[in-house]
Amino acid sequence: MEPKGTVVLSVDPLIIHDHYEIDYRHSYAEDSPFFIGLSKGRLLGSRCTACRYTFATPRSHCMECGAPTAWHELPLTGRVHTYTTCHYGGEAFLKETPFTLILVEFDGADTLFLSRLKGVEPGGLRIGLPVVARFAKTPSFKVTDVWFEPADPHHPTTRCTQASNGYPPRA
Amino acid sequence: MRPVYMISGGITKFAKVHPDKDFRVMVKEAYDYALRDVPRFSNTMIDGAVGSYFSDHFTRQLKAASMVQDYLGLCPKPSKRIEGGGATGGLCFQSAWEAVASGRMNCCVAFGFETMSRVNTWKGNEFIALASDTNFDFPVGGFYSGYYAMMVQRHMHEFGTTVEQMAMVSVKNHANALYNPYAQKAKRLTIKQVRESPMVATPLTMEDICTMSDGAAVCVLASEEVARKVCDRPVKITGVGSGSDAMRMADRPHGKVILLPHEQERDYAHLRYPGVHSFRGGRMAAKLAYQMAGIRKPGEELSFVELHDAYTSSEIQTYEDLGLCRYGEGGGFVESGIPFMPGVDYGLELPKQGRLPVNPSGGLLACGHPVGATGLMQAVFAFWQLQGTIGKHLGNDTLQVKNAKRGLIHSHAGTGTYITVSILEAM
Repeated sequence: MEPKGTVVLSVDPLIIHDHYEIDYRHSYAEDSPFFIGLSKGRLLGSRCTACRYTFATPRSHCMECGAPTAWHELPLTGRVHTYTTCHYGGEAFLKETPFTLILVEFDGADTLFLSRLKGVEPGGLRIGLPVVARFAKTPSFKVTDVWFEPADPHHPTTRCTQASNGYPPRA
Repeated sequence: MRPVYMISGGITKFAKVHPDKDFRVMVKEAYDYALRDVPRFSNTMIDGAVGSYFSDHFTRQLKAASMVQDYLGLCPKPSKRIEGGGATGGLCFQSAWEAVASGRMNCCVAFGFETMSRVNTWKGNEFIALASDTNFDFPVGGFYSGYYAMMVQRHMHEFGTTVEQMAMVSVKNHANALYNPYAQKAKRLTIKQVRESPMVATPLTMEDICTMSDGAAVCVLASEEVARKVCDRPVKITGVGSGSDAMRMADRPHGKVILLPHEQERDYAHLRYPGVHSFRGGRMAAKLAYQMAGIRKPGEELSFVELHDAYTSSEIQTYEDLGLCRYGEGGGFVESGIPFMPGVDYGLELPKQGRLPVNPSGGLLACGHPVGATGLMQAVFAFWQLQGTIGKHLGNDTLQVKNAKRGLIHSHAGTGTYITVSILEAM
């Protein structure tokens, strides 16, 4: 049951419990196609229409020359650029610990993509590890609709070459 | 631009929690301390103020700097708030410098504070992680320690940096703080204890990471005329620089190293820079500050450095950005003993102990990191070092760098998104 009235934590000094929450109407605006893409098993980066610089995390204008970019489909396989396993986290993610974060590098892209790595054997994590994208069956329209798993052909989790939603990799 | 001097400073004790004082009273304590230290100074000489605090989420009070302004009795003088993540304090210091250097003010007060104790540590970590891209980064597992862990993994991969070298930074800064009564978390540690403390984000343990803190700091900056009138030992600010980088670590492009005067392109022929292992914004800040101060060999021309060691790893990365050693040599730099204090027993073999002390105060790792106050705290410690008054203010002179002529302070935000470097010199 929700407590009624004010919860007093201390009287000297007087400290009370003070709850605060808020709902936002959040627009992904120009980045919307990326999040829609995840629901279709596609990983969209962007490529500059002028200098061809290719962003693995999309942006609609080029950071190098300022020209507009166009959507650019990324391969669904990449490599671990760097990694960490988090045993603590922000409150929102504490219940998910331990989890592994990676920056993914892709052939043909100049920048990286932050994601989670799942299904890795303890000690199997290393820079350069080939990884493959997996997608949520039921999209939540968040960047976590995609994550990665080891893609080593000898690794048990990678015999399946299809993404978990049935979409084939487009690499 | 005209010369700018620091004429006084004050700090509150940094602590996990100060439930008996709100942010206004914390700043007032530091402000009164600063004013008492220059008896010939009067608050009527103050032309305006710049306030800094990082997070409206922690404060849950918008326009909190206005409340400090009125509490200090500085209304209706000019005032504004500066916010720039972890570099908030350093940016605030430089904003006050700008006010005086431009001639707009003859005396400007920089005050900063943070009250992080109002939520639990993990909620606090969540608030801090909101300073990462909330579409692409935060939802993946928003956690700054995770971001820094990924950066240092890459640093280790590129350069062979070791976790033991990182642990040496922790041993150093926590031991320095034993002589600094303002510090929150002074203790004697061994490399083994640092490595055996709970793992937070591989390879960073609890003792590799700074803590949440409540605290405030104040700096008083003035023109030459005011400084000469009221202060026996003013300290001159001879260089300011700042830099930036892309908000998302994933967006850091690979290019050429921004060279400092003592470096050459061939030093870094094969280095893809900055990657996620180095802070391009920090290098830019250093380059600009050195240029203004006329520094050509920072490793030889500085007496001490107070830098933003939110992580042991970022202290090592920052040695390199500041050109105290070359890129890739940060681990060896700490191992050599160069950044340790002379005359302090760390329980380590340190062949070149004390040649260029880094974070003599204990840094963020041991002093704590009340974000809006942190960059100003560094300025206050640097000011006391250059005045030669560490003994007077800390109650002992163990941390006094002998013949301190020139100090560097470095403030750092996000994963390196805003960084400031300021150079202070004894007169």
